[in-house]
Amino acid sequence: MVSIWFFIGISLAVNGALILAAGIYELVHPPENPSVVLFNLHASVWWGALLLLAGLAYLFKFAPQRKT
Amino acid sequence: MMPLSAAVVPTHLVHLAPVDLIIVVFYFVLVLSIGWYLKGRANTGEDFFMAGREMTAWVAGLSFLSANLGALELMGWAGSAYQYGILAAHWYWIGAIPAMLFLALVMMPFYYISKTHSVPGYLQLRFGEPSRALSAVSFAFMTVLMSGVNMFAMAKVMQIVLGWDINFSIWISSLTVAIYVTLGGLRSAIFNEVLQFFLIWAGALLIPILGLYEAGGWTNLKILIAHRASEQYVHLWAGLGSFSNNPMGINWVGIVFGLGAVISMGYWTTDFLVVQRILAAKDIRSAEMAPIIGAGFKMIVPIIVILPGLLGLAVLPEKLVPESLAAATGAHSYNDVLPLMLARYCGPGLLGLGVTALIAGFMSGMAGNVSAFTTVWTYDIYRPFINRKGSDHHYVNVGRWTTILGVLISVGTAYLVMQFASIMDYVQALFSFFIAPLFGTVVIGMLWKRATGPGGFFGLLCGTLCSIGMWTWVKLDPSALAYVALSPHAKGLAQDMFQALWSFITCVVVTVVVSLATKPMPDSQLSGLVYGLTEVPSIGDVPLYQKPLFWAGVVTVVFIALNIIFW
Repeated sequence: MVSIWFFIGISLAVNGALILAAGIYELVHPPENPSVVLFNLHASVWWGALLLLAGLAYLFKFAPQRKT
Repeated sequence: MMPLSAAVVPTHLVHLAPVDLIIVVFYFVLVLSIGWYLKGRANTGEDFFMAGREMTAWVAGLSFLSANLGALELMGWAGSAYQYGILAAHWYWIGAIPAMLFLALVMMPFYYISKTHSVPGYLQLRFGEPSRALSAVSFAFMTVLMSGVNMFAMAKVMQIVLGWDINFSIWISSLTVAIYVTLGGLRSAIFNEVLQFFLIWAGALLIPILGLYEAGGWTNLKILIAHRASEQYVHLWAGLGSFSNNPMGINWVGIVFGLGAVISMGYWTTDFLVVQRILAAKDIRSAEMAPIIGAGFKMIVPIIVILPGLLGLAVLPEKLVPESLAAATGAHSYNDVLPLMLARYCGPGLLGLGVTALIAGFMSGMAGNVSAFTTVWTYDIYRPFINRKGSDHHYVNVGRWTTILGVLISVGTAYLVMQFASIMDYVQALFSFFIAPLFGTVVIGMLWKRATGPGGFFGLLCGTLCSIGMWTWVKLDPSALAYVALSPHAKGLAQDMFQALWSFITCVVVTVVVSLATKPMPDSQLSGLVYGLTEVPSIGDVPLYQKPLFWAGVVTVVFIALNIIFW
């Protein structure tokens, strides 16, 4: 059976990739009037990257063909 | 839980970008895919109702915690933190940790060894059919009604936060839950609860991180709160010497004995919604470890619930108001603090994840209610009282249809609440009537072999009637709260604590008196059910770091340290 942690990996990786992509887009095309405070920290970029890495780690470790 | 008013709907708080909508849609696709994948693994009663009793300690523990970590709890307690300060953290620490450890080390062995399917099932083994019937019927209907109340409240939140149509929110979420629980049973519910746990942390953890950065750290945050509210807002115990010395209007007796010793014990050890997750554990060690793992994570939930409320108090430019005032003026209420903080820090993508976390919290809470209702209805009402001779396959089919029926009753309740808002208060109160006395009955049953069937039944009945009586008394005459809570300075939350305390005491006294006046049960009938007559199986020769007692000790030390640090 596919491990629950593999599904967690899918969720984290896909959400992380989407958030990272949105963050990079805002980095390249910064809005004139950012809607959030602390926009300068670009949280979407590093938080998205963190989620993506965590998701990929779960996907690798709990891939269905791997014995864990 | 947070009260919601239907009177005035302000302009919605956040606007989702296309990437946010993709994240929300992806969540729905993923949970339905999990349900579809697990449909072939829910063919027997053990699979459908108990997830095959093969969950690891981590899965059972996170699911146990997640079943309680609903979106309304998150938003409601963040709002309470804004309103009452760090006192709200008592519901996550003394109001949870001792009870979870008590469940793990004292009660779990009896639940597990008896191989019961449910808490009412344990009462049947220990006290007989009348106690099971009383507890099963009250639990089943209150659970499904609560699910409907939560559904309406969440749809209302979605309308306020996102501007979504109430009917759309109710039907899309209930149909999704109905599909994945009907397909995969408890296993599907548990998998989605674990997924929700991760989504909540991924979606909400950024708020305290960025909030503390903006506030200038914890020390500066305390200074800001003292300036904008009061110094008492950052003390857990210092203001609890009297009812009038803290923003909650409660004292340490209510918190320690009402919340810590009765309400939380009742909820975390006998509410089948959460206990069912532990009963699905694969062995006795996992069953004991699961609540301890849940307790470890429960201690840090205030980071994403209480801290955002405190940060809102410090950094939000506007002053939030009580729900009733918000409904009349269109201002933002205390309960809006979490979405407001989400909108403050989270841009496209992050906002979608935060909203998904709220939706996931709501849906898994509903799935938890529905799966618990399905099990209690099938095993504790349908099988003993309607059809004793069905096959295992028949009961699985009954379970699937009951899941759909449970969702439909929830939807009906949601629409009923939409028409008659006051029903919400009554349903919430009804649910609270049963929890405290149920804990009294179960814990006496486990620890005192002299307790008899009639003692258990009448104790449970009288404790429940005591709770209903006090609630009605205060409802008819609000000044009666001074007698129930033993102080003229007591406020609303104190009523819940003292009502629970008195109903628990009533249950215990009646159980003891009736038991001593009735014929004792033979020891042979109590084997595996009562302390002293039960051989608890060994967890095996495992290293120290795998022993439940060791981790319970670690959690206890951290729990004590947190209470001292934030005294």
